[in-house]
Amino acid sequence: MARIAGVNLPAKKRVDIALTYIYGIGRSRAKEILERTGIDPAKRVIDLTDQEVAALQRAVEEYKVEGDLRREIQMNIKRLIDINCYRGIRHRVGLPVRGQRTRSNARTWKGPRPDKAGRRKRK
Amino acid sequence: MGRSRAKGPYVDPKLLKKIEKFRRGEIKEIVTWARSSMIIPEMVGLTIKVHNGRTHIPVHITEAMIGHRLGEFAPTRTFRGHGGMKKKKPPAPK
Repeated sequence: MARIAGVNLPAKKRVDIALTYIYGIGRSRAKEILERTGIDPAKRVIDLTDQEVAALQRAVEEYKVEGDLRREIQMNIKRLIDINCYRGIRHRVGLPVRGQRTRSNARTWKGPRPDKAGRRKRK
Repeated sequence: MGRSRAKGPYVDPKLLKKIEKFRRGEIKEIVTWARSSMIIPEMVGLTIKVHNGRTHIPVHITEAMIGHRLGEFAPTRTFRGHGGMKKKKPPAPK
């Protein structure tokens, strides 16, 4: 088991996939890291040597991941809200920020549909 | 796509002139329709009245607003809520 970037202990998966369990690392970065450290992406995490794990830890440290990244994102949003600009207002009221339609869809932001009077329940 | 860096930020020339005039005390407030003008460092501390289609909204420029456009701070729509809508729940997580 390998512990990288704090709490992340990826599973018995291929390293390239296991790395993506770290918040802030996707397929591209995982690939980049493995290329740089020279580790075979097809190798399973349990099969990694201690040196390889250490190399990965060092490589991951070069990116902003997990808590730091989340904090940065929150700060960016907070800034938008504080300066009272259009995007900040949209964040505040919980509606799409980037000009998407809200007449329909936008369910990710708006959450589940409210119960509407007169709408028949499907059997 | 963003604007070419070589061109520099877009600021309505007329707005620049108004800022000049304001600094010299020739006018006592800056009123503008140039919503697409970028906020540049020279505007920090000023209060600019930005048109929203109906009236001019006073916008006090702070440092954090640099790089945004004036129109972002003068909303053009008034939302008065839907008919029988109940109390709104807090926004979805993240």
